[in-house]
Amino acid sequence: MNVSPSLYLSLSAIMFCIGAVGLLIRRNPLVMFMCVELMLNAVNLTFVTFSRMLNDIGGQVVVFFVLVVAAAEVTVGLGIIVSILRRHPGTTADDLTLLKG
Amino acid sequence: MLSAVWVIPALPLAGVVLLLLFGRKLGEPWAGVLATVMVAGSFAASVVTYIGLVGKDEAHRRFLFHLFDWLPVGNFKVDVGFLVDPLSVTMVLFVTGVGALIHLYSIGYMHGDKGYPRFFLYLNLFAFSMLMLVLGDNLLLTFLGWEGVGACSYFLISFWFEEMPNAVAGKKAFVTNRVGDWGYMLATFLTFTALGSITYFAKDGSGFLQHTDKLTLTTATAIALLLFVGACGKSAQLPLYVWLPDAMAGPTPVSALIHAATMVTSGVYLMVRVSPLLVHTYTWMPHVIAWVGAITALFAATVAVSQRDIKKVLAYSTVSQLGYMFLAVGSGAYVAAIFHMITHAFFKALLFLGAGSVIHGVHEEQDMRFMGALRKFMPITAGTFIVGWLAIAGVPPFAGFWSKDEILLAAWGQNKALWAIGLVTALLTAYYMSRQVFMVFFGEPRWAKEHAAGEVAETEHAHDEHAEPHESPWTMWVPLVVLALLAMVGGAINLPVKDNLRYLAHWLDPVVHGAEIESAAATGTKVALAATATIAGLVGIALAIGVYIQKRLRAVEPDLLLHAYHYDEGISALVGGPGEMGAQLTADVVDKQGIDGLVNGAGWLARFVGSKVRVVQTGFVRNYALGIAGGAVLALGWFLVRAGW
Repeated sequence: MNVSPSLYLSLSAIMFCIGAVGLLIRRNPLVMFMCVELMLNAVNLTFVTFSRMLNDIGGQVVVFFVLVVAAAEVTVGLGIIVSILRRHPGTTADDLTLLKG
Repeated sequence: MLSAVWVIPALPLAGVVLLLLFGRKLGEPWAGVLATVMVAGSFAASVVTYIGLVGKDEAHRRFLFHLFDWLPVGNFKVDVGFLVDPLSVTMVLFVTGVGALIHLYSIGYMHGDKGYPRFFLYLNLFAFSMLMLVLGDNLLLTFLGWEGVGACSYFLISFWFEEMPNAVAGKKAFVTNRVGDWGYMLATFLTFTALGSITYFAKDGSGFLQHTDKLTLTTATAIALLLFVGACGKSAQLPLYVWLPDAMAGPTPVSALIHAATMVTSGVYLMVRVSPLLVHTYTWMPHVIAWVGAITALFAATVAVSQRDIKKVLAYSTVSQLGYMFLAVGSGAYVAAIFHMITHAFFKALLFLGAGSVIHGVHEEQDMRFMGALRKFMPITAGTFIVGWLAIAGVPPFAGFWSKDEILLAAWGQNKALWAIGLVTALLTAYYMSRQVFMVFFGEPRWAKEHAAGEVAETEHAHDEHAEPHESPWTMWVPLVVLALLAMVGGAINLPVKDNLRYLAHWLDPVVHGAEIESAAATGTKVALAATATIAGLVGIALAIGVYIQKRLRAVEPDLLLHAYHYDEGISALVGGPGEMGAQLTADVVDKQGIDGLVNGAGWLARFVGSKVRVVQTGFVRNYALGIAGGAVLALGWFLVRAGW
């Protein structure tokens, strides 16, 4: 079965938009974090699609890098979020304004 | 044999290292013996080099010895290498020769001084620096020696630094020399910019003195003028002469070695070294050198007439004789300049060492008004001093006569006014030197009165054996005798009687060839000029006899001359008055308002911008995310527009 690449691209665009909007409107840090992951994977999907389209392995290589960076980011990010939530249970992103200029 | 040239500076350097490590242990007199042996060995090596150079035929008397690469930076390449040619070998010979004698003399003179090893350490360091100065094959290496001798001069002037005036005199010499060094450094930079090389001569022909024809007139003149500023500082010419009379605060052997015979002549050496450059300058450039020299010669000679300190007379005399040398350089008579430099080294070192012997003999008294009749007590010192006096006064056949005559002849060819100034200076020189000799060695013994005055036990003290002047030990009078002999026959190296007797002129010919201006005067004129100069000298002596021996004439010693026309006070007033005001103005207005304003303004600007922009940073993560999203949309839009969509 041969699926048109435009479908993949549309899917990734939709995923990206869901992630972006989610990041902007939700306050729960954990959910915002998941939105970021969603956006990252949307981009990964785009990379793989174009890699197949253009017959260029480079795109898939980039995906590996993104995965590795995302894994590292999850480790650090989740650690921070969990420790914040432990200290202030039920806190939201808007409560954390320590770095206000 | 020529490859052994590195031994010449290496021996004094070894002396420095040894004295630095073991000087205190060696103590007196072995520290002095070690230093003397090093310089004497250096002299022996110089003689070997000289013989090696004589062995070559005249066209090939330039030997370049490359020791190691020093500063290879891109196009700029400076090596430590030695240039062995007739000029540098001549310099090396008399620097090490006279230097060794003065080292020997110092063994006796510095007897009992608590800084004994330190003194010889400095002397050897000086010898090393001076040899680097004359042997260096590029401007930077010469500058290394130039600064080295300057530093040693500073150390030695303020050798007895417990006394405030000595420390001040050292500082004065150092600061004044810096003014001259400024000119030297700028000349070096300019040479590199203009020609890409600061090596005098290179084997591949890339040395800057081999390309002086590529310089424009203005650049060549600028380089020559800046080098001359440096030479004026080091060789104590107007307006930078002020440090030399004060430099007499140092021990007397130092005055003889550094401030009479060798270091102060390095400016003359430099001008002779760059003689190929001087040829390519504007025609007024040599006149500047000649006039500065002539005016300095006359100025210092008049000042010397009134001085009371035995060493100050000799100091002003040195300034005056250095002026003669520059007069020769400016008249194109480079050989005469070097000739006078050598004879001057002999008789002035002799006079200074003689003065040191006198000071030693009369128990550290330096005022000539409290001397007199010393010839009975110090026969050797008196005899040798008189030889030095006749030599500097230009009495034939002593050394000074021949060299001074050559200079006056060259000045005659350049400009009659310069010759007249030179002649008046010769008369004054004979006069003030005779005055000194008569005041110190002849007439009434005034030192006894001085010792008796104010003492409680008058008669007893006057007859105290210790208070009587005494002759100096052999280490002190042997150098005097050797130098006296040299001052007598030193003129023989360049006799103008027959062409093949002008040995120095032929010897230096490869160095100054093309720059040297041979006198065009007829033989009759030459003889007449020599006779005139001799008569001027004799008139000076006769005047002094009339004033100081027969007392038929009144002594003319105005205070104006004693204070050197108040030149020092003038400088103090200038620097202390308008100079300090200018500096204060710069500090208050330019620095505090201008430069501080710029710095503070930069800080204020950053704070102002920050205070306005800080509101953007809300602390809400989602605000930032919105910013990023908006930015991404804008960037995307920009690319779409660019793509023509």
